[in-house]
Amino acid sequence: METLMAIMIGFLFTIGTYLVLAKSLIRIILGISIIGHGVNLLILTMGGLKSGGPPLLGAESLSFTDALPQALILTAIVINFAVTALFLVLGYRAYKTLRSDDMEQLRGIEDE
Amino acid sequence: MNNVLILPIIIPVIVGMVMVIYRKAIQFHRWAIVIATLAMAVVSMILIKQIRGTGIQTLQLGGWEAPFGITLVADMFSALLLLTTSLVALACSIFAFRSIGKEREEHYFYPLFLFLITGVNGSFLTGDLFNLFVCFEVMLISSYVLLSLGGTKVQLRESIKYILINVLSSSLFLVGIAYLYAVIGTLNMAHLSLRITEAGQNGLLTSVSLLFIVVFGLKAALFLFYWLPGSYSAPPTAIAAIFAALLTKVGIYALFRTFTLVFHHEPQITHMLLGVLGALTMLLGAFGAVAFSDIRKILTYNVIISVGFIIAGLASASNMGMAGSINYLIHDMIIKALLFLIGGTIISLTGKSNLNEISGLIRTHPYLGWMFFVAVLSVSGIPPLSGFLGKLFITRGTFEAGYFWLGAIGLFTSLMVLYSVMKIFMNAFWGETNLSLEMEKGTTKGVMFPIVLLTALTIILGIGAEGIQPFVNQAAKDMMNPLVYIEAVLGSNAIP
Repeated sequence: METLMAIMIGFLFTIGTYLVLAKSLIRIILGISIIGHGVNLLILTMGGLKSGGPPLLGAESLSFTDALPQALILTAIVINFAVTALFLVLGYRAYKTLRSDDMEQLRGIEDE
Repeated sequence: MNNVLILPIIIPVIVGMVMVIYRKAIQFHRWAIVIATLAMAVVSMILIKQIRGTGIQTLQLGGWEAPFGITLVADMFSALLLLTTSLVALACSIFAFRSIGKEREEHYFYPLFLFLITGVNGSFLTGDLFNLFVCFEVMLISSYVLLSLGGTKVQLRESIKYILINVLSSSLFLVGIAYLYAVIGTLNMAHLSLRITEAGQNGLLTSVSLLFIVVFGLKAALFLFYWLPGSYSAPPTAIAAIFAALLTKVGIYALFRTFTLVFHHEPQITHMLLGVLGALTMLLGAFGAVAFSDIRKILTYNVIISVGFIIAGLASASNMGMAGSINYLIHDMIIKALLFLIGGTIISLTGKSNLNEISGLIRTHPYLGWMFFVAVLSVSGIPPLSGFLGKLFITRGTFEAGYFWLGAIGLFTSLMVLYSVMKIFMNAFWGETNLSLEMEKGTTKGVMFPIVLLTALTIILGIGAEGIQPFVNQAAKDMMNPLVYIEAVLGSNAIP
């Protein structure tokens, strides 16, 4: 299971990196979003995949799953969501103001 | 347990949230931000007094004992930085009253400013690696909005790059946290330090620490600084000044914390790498500072040089170098804010940022000119101003550690710093006055007070070094001895 997850995470990072290196702004934003998902899966895998019962009082089990990675991911998802939303809005505004979403044309050599 | 620790985080959050409700009441915003920053300054002074008396202060939020709950820790290092942060924030917010414009003020400038300070204070106080990430994000999201606030073309263009690089580095930060959790099984910094000391820092952990160098290096503009000159010269002066004074410093703080507390067992690898990166940062920054003739560009490259110089003190891993770094860090927060404020005032007076088109301001603005001169001397480390002592200690620390090349590069780049800022002084203030008072685009009315305040601070910090140095030495001593930190957080039973 861990191997499968590792391949999956690598796959997500590959796609994300490919998209971030694109010229179009919307692809870049999608790319960082996908990298964010890869990171969340990585935290889940690194905390150990399910190896026991739910960590609840009264649950009858010899070993319990570590609940901390889930808590970390929950926070990371919220932050990732907020940043992606902000970035999308900013990208839209930048497109309307600058009349371009091509990163080649947003280098900023010319004076304004 | 000490409940005062939470105040530097909740004061700005609550005041900021109340401001959001009363959006149009600009006068209220102004009073509130002054009172909030002053209150933070008072709280950090109380903290410094307590730490001086009884050692490192901790707060276990909700009564959940470390390493299970959220821990706030204030040692002398973070308390000194808290105090400096609140003073610099006070100066920059007063500068903003007259310079930022009604439009930005009505669009939540002051609340965002306070949320930024919240993130900065939180990063200084947290004792947990994941909370450090969260506080970083609070700070960064506020900075994204502050950078793009106003929506001019150059701001939008630069904020896209700034956000992209920071989101990527935050993802890498989480990757590092995940690896560390898999290897060590905890994220509380004191607990991490304890377990690594017990089990030894093997190759795996050293590799993870290198990932943290990349992450914090991106935030602190250590070698990976290519995003900085563009994004720091885009926003209005008050925002650029607070960015230059605080944002990279938080990355530097994180580097200091992790590499003195957690990953301090393999200095020949990690600290050596930090030294090399610091030297490269200083050199590349110095070339940038000398090459440009645009005031904003020169000042942003000066930010980069100082990052490299402070890291040189960390790389030396000696008491002397550490004391120098803390000294220089405090000095640099003040002086970078001062330089950016004066530089921004020059630009707003003349309407130009190219040095070749500005001259002779000393005749119309003598006080501004002489205060800039003081700042120039201070930033290049001329005694008795505040930059001298830090520079001396860092250089001595690197020499003691045997890194002669590092100290030499530090001294060499100091000359370049002196040249680059003296160039601004000579070009902008000397020469024929080509701009009469009537032709000026802006005014110095109302913006002189924060500049005077920061100039006074750098002079006090220099002349009163005798009184400040014991605090700095205590901070350096506690940082070089992680057991003190561990004992304060986990209790004395935890140490075997």
